[in-house]
Amino acid sequence: MKHIAIGIMGAAAVGFMVSTASADTLSDVKAKGFVQCGVNTGLAGFSAPNDKGEWTGIDVDFCRAVAAAIFGDGTKVKFTGLSAKDRFTALQSGEVDILSRNTTWTINRDTALGLNFAGVTYYDGQGFMINAKKLPGVNSALQLSGAAVCVQSGTTTELNLADYFKANKMEYNPVVFEKFEEANAAYDAGRCDAYTTDQSGLYAVRLQMKSPDDHVVLPEIISKEPLGPSVRQGDDKWFDIVKWTYYALLNAEEAGVTQANVEEMKNSDNPDIRRLLGTESETKIGTDLGLDNDWVVNIVKAVGNYGEIFERNVGSGSPMKISRGINALWTKGGLQYGMPIR
Amino acid sequence: MQEHDMSWVRTEMLLAEAAPRSQVGIGAWLRKNLFATPTDSVLTILAVLFLGWSVPQILNWLFFDAIWVGADRTACLTTEQGGQLPEGWSGACWPFVSGRFGQFMFGRYPLEERWRVILTGIIFVALLAPLLIPRVPFKRLNAILFFVVFPFVAFFLLVGGWFGLPYVETPLWGGLMVTLVISYVGIVVSLPLGIVLALGRRSTMPVVKLLSVIFIETVRGVPLVTVLFMASFMLPLFVPPGMSFDKLLRALIGVALFASAYMAEVVRGGLQAIPKGQYEGADSLGLNYWQKMGFIVMPQALKLVIPGIVNTFIGMFKDTTLVLIISMFDLLGVVKQNISGDPTWATPQTAKTGYVFAAAIFWIFCFGMSRYSQYMERRLDTGHKR
Repeated sequence: MKHIAIGIMGAAAVGFMVSTASADTLSDVKAKGFVQCGVNTGLAGFSAPNDKGEWTGIDVDFCRAVAAAIFGDGTKVKFTGLSAKDRFTALQSGEVDILSRNTTWTINRDTALGLNFAGVTYYDGQGFMINAKKLPGVNSALQLSGAAVCVQSGTTTELNLADYFKANKMEYNPVVFEKFEEANAAYDAGRCDAYTTDQSGLYAVRLQMKSPDDHVVLPEIISKEPLGPSVRQGDDKWFDIVKWTYYALLNAEEAGVTQANVEEMKNSDNPDIRRLLGTESETKIGTDLGLDNDWVVNIVKAVGNYGEIFERNVGSGSPMKISRGINALWTKGGLQYGMPIR
Repeated sequence: MQEHDMSWVRTEMLLAEAAPRSQVGIGAWLRKNLFATPTDSVLTILAVLFLGWSVPQILNWLFFDAIWVGADRTACLTTEQGGQLPEGWSGACWPFVSGRFGQFMFGRYPLEERWRVILTGIIFVALLAPLLIPRVPFKRLNAILFFVVFPFVAFFLLVGGWFGLPYVETPLWGGLMVTLVISYVGIVVSLPLGIVLALGRRSTMPVVKLLSVIFIETVRGVPLVTVLFMASFMLPLFVPPGMSFDKLLRALIGVALFASAYMAEVVRGGLQAIPKGQYEGADSLGLNYWQKMGFIVMPQALKLVIPGIVNTFIGMFKDTTLVLIISMFDLLGVVKQNISGDPTWATPQTAKTGYVFAAAIFWIFCFGMSRYSQYMERRLDTGHKR
């Protein structure tokens, strides 16, 4: 009854009191003792429950990393499953502290929606999948002229598809479906020559095909979908923590610090690694962030470095077997570049 | 002299002749029900052909070709998909359901605390079963236990935080458990509240009437999805920071109020079917308002609208799946989540298997409610027998 009474009072206060979430998220988070993280309700490799009902995935592990940086304990995080529609409302209203839900970084979201993107945990992009048995010899999307393409309606995917074929002066025949499942089934039944959606999605869809090995994901990427975690604008301290958690994951991979060797690495002679792991004497890197100096050690202990997270959830350690591609470190020809921690 | 009565009177009834051969037995039944007219014959043949074509396939898919044991997706894959099964195989992948059964029932409720949910379920059944069987005595005590005491027991058991039971927050709840919790609360709240609202709407007191009408029409005029969304994601914008209500509580209040408004209209339909003479008769006996309603009008009205009431219950039971949009994972939500998000079980058969399982569970509950309501109708049908 108390809750109802408070609810009525709250509703009555609507007219003259519209408050946003508090500006000091870090203190709020420390006070309540956990990070509230918004994730996808179910997307293979990004956020999904495992056999024991625990959340797993890249987006999930990122939130664990933030929790580990703050509390030294990667389990001090609670997850809220969000749909594409309610994700921004949930972040703006303070229902979640971080939105880590395969969200594309766009200028509109950065400005008009009042979000701050902390980095790109997964460079995704729209791609094509074809049945190599049906279309032998096709190894580029540019050979798809005249093809029937299965696509989900009402998404940017559909628009990108039209743009791409128009720009390359190719004909195509869109076969449009309302639901993801319908598009999958139609493609699998051979109604289309090609299937288009985000590449990570193509790999997940392939697992559900009648004969997965016949299907090939073509190399072309026709749109940019940089997916990353975001926070509310106006709280730079919290933004810094989330952003540098991301860079710490990258730097740990670059320095070769893994979940297994992080304790030994603390005694490394390399000053870069000592700075990263907070073992340099009189370091203030962690405390300047508002965290402990061994924050990176805690992150890596909890979830591993970026490469480990990737391989475990979508790479070779998962059924999806996505190659690193542009998500490799910059030293290996990819785009992942961790700003220096010094 | 013996008097002879020449007239002949039959002193016993003639034995009934057996019905003509054409009117009895299987042949007659078939002719009457299946082949009465040429159209009927055609339809019958088509229906039989359709059943003969579809039923074996369904049974094969569900049972004979289905896979029953396995550790992950490879158990349900054909050779060309990287598994062991012959090419072209299609069947249910039951290991997916058994592997995730705990989640389908309890969501992410902690493993070591799940006995609490099971215990609550046992108490629920133990109290509900005798309540449903008319022969069992102590109905009043049983009803008090079920409708008044049980909610508290369930609350303490499921939420915890008392008597050494660890606290389990509601975002961890899920699966069938959430479906049943929402349905139970909805049913237990909506019937009495609906009756009160229905009486209020027919009341002669203007304020009571106006408030009831406003409530009913407002709630019925807004989609449940909107209410849940507002309560879940917009409410935090309007209350001071740091203050938050439990999401499940918000969903419970939303669903219960919703069901009440619909229930009120169902009950009002019953009230309108009661002739004026019943009210006047009660008045002439000197009964006051509540006695009149409680002893004379309501028992008749509710009996009339049992189908409508159960209809509302069944509708609400299925509407609980809408809580998925506020990130509560009810039975269907958990099944969906495991289908779309889980690469370890991603096979061409996983989605079908999961949805068939969810549908079966929903069907069992809805069909059970429906059958029981029909039984109750027959039992209580004293005046309007067909």
